[in-house]
Amino acid sequence: MQLTHKKNIAQALAIASCGLVNPVAEAATDDRFFSGWDIDAALMYYGEQDRVQAIEAIGDFQKQYDDESQLNLKVVFDSLTGASASGAVAQSQHQTFTRPSGDGQYIVGAGDTPLDDSFKDTRLQLSANWIEQLSLEWQSNIGVYGSREFDYTSLGVNGGIERSLNKDNTTLAISAAYTYDLLEPVGAKPVPLSAMAIRQDFISEQAFRQAFNLTRGDDSDDKQTLDLILGLTQIINANWLMQFNYGLSSVAGYLTDPYKILSVVDNSGTSQQYRYEHRPDSRLKHSLFALAKGVVAGDIVDISYRYNSDDWDINSHTFDGHYRHYFSDDFYGQLHLRYYLQSAAEFYQPFLLMGSILPEYASADYRIGEMTTYTFGIKFGHKLKGDHELSYRLEWYQQTPKNNGTALVGQLQQHELFPSLTAVIAQVSYSF
Amino acid sequence: MKLKICLGLLMLTLGGCSSLGVEPWQKQHFAREDMALNHEKLDLSLDDHIYFSKEGSSGGRAFAGGGCGCN
Repeated sequence: MQLTHKKNIAQALAIASCGLVNPVAEAATDDRFFSGWDIDAALMYYGEQDRVQAIEAIGDFQKQYDDESQLNLKVVFDSLTGASASGAVAQSQHQTFTRPSGDGQYIVGAGDTPLDDSFKDTRLQLSANWIEQLSLEWQSNIGVYGSREFDYTSLGVNGGIERSLNKDNTTLAISAAYTYDLLEPVGAKPVPLSAMAIRQDFISEQAFRQAFNLTRGDDSDDKQTLDLILGLTQIINANWLMQFNYGLSSVAGYLTDPYKILSVVDNSGTSQQYRYEHRPDSRLKHSLFALAKGVVAGDIVDISYRYNSDDWDINSHTFDGHYRHYFSDDFYGQLHLRYYLQSAAEFYQPFLLMGSILPEYASADYRIGEMTTYTFGIKFGHKLKGDHELSYRLEWYQQTPKNNGTALVGQLQQHELFPSLTAVIAQVSYSF
Repeated sequence: MKLKICLGLLMLTLGGCSSLGVEPWQKQHFAREDMALNHEKLDLSLDDHIYFSKEGSSGGRAFAGGGCGCN
């Protein structure tokens, strides 16, 4: 037994030293291990000024079987931390908020946009897809998906079929997906539009806790999403192709953000209380997407336009484009430009007025308010030996929320209620 | 009526498509890896996640999604 153990150690040391002194042998071992697999891996950093910071690692593994079948596995891990806008408005005096758990408070200084700084989460996502070439004209795919984070679990299945016609110049596709999401908010689901209990308004911890519990509902809730996409891809000429998609997405269930609130202000614009937001329990979304992609003097260009519309009255237009130039056979640079314009949801309002009748639905989440965003990015890539590729990109993302026509009262006119947000995205990718 | 108009437009589009396209030997550009529609799929996937988290609309190119309680 002892001899076997020593022999194993000796073998392990021999293999390890062989790898150190003979990189070729090591590469050969790696090639055997990943034989037949195409692997893409990336590490991304996303950082907002004074707000959310995120690191995301992603690995995509692809294997071809007999030219007819393909397996695709994907693993994503991300970790987020930082502060997120709560929905409350800035004030001339400091403001005190109860944390979602009810345990403790956070204080926001005069003139500052209220940010909930207790935001922290990690997420693991796994997915698998199988593509099967059924005949020269028909291809199908099926997939499963699952992700888990501290307060959120998501499970999904998807499938689709495509048909090539017109000498493979035209492809028609139909695909569908079903996703089940389970939400388990910290501190349970808030009672819709209930007023936040704040410790300083109560004479004892027990009285505060009783009032806080009255603002809490069930521990968890769910939502279900059904997606459908109809697609047409058409080769136009020897250099250009176009893609057109129509997408329908129906979501039903708990769509409220349990951590977002609205300020209730008096005629002087001073906050008197904070209420938890409430959104409708269904949403029907339509999207139209058109893409043109082509080769121009050896460079690759793509331009796309997307129109989204839904029954929350959020309409948006997205223009996106990439231009890739090859400086040499194995080195390229790429530009990315994106412009996004969005109208506000019908129940979006930056604050509630004291004394007014409470609406059925209300949210001050700026992400469903009116806004424009811009993205500017650059990317460089090196093609290496053995079909390996190393690339890195840097992007700058600017969000500019706008007032959707709400009259600002009193002190609110002196504060920035629709602050811009700037984020930087940095990413390194390696394919082999 | 709307359905008839949509079906009419679809037939017209497919009819139009049959006169577009190239012969197989003219497709060398479409064999390029960087001309595939899912080329840079990791970048697209990461971008979709960011925009899904920060904006009110999603989907279009791919499924509109769910699957994250993004703040």
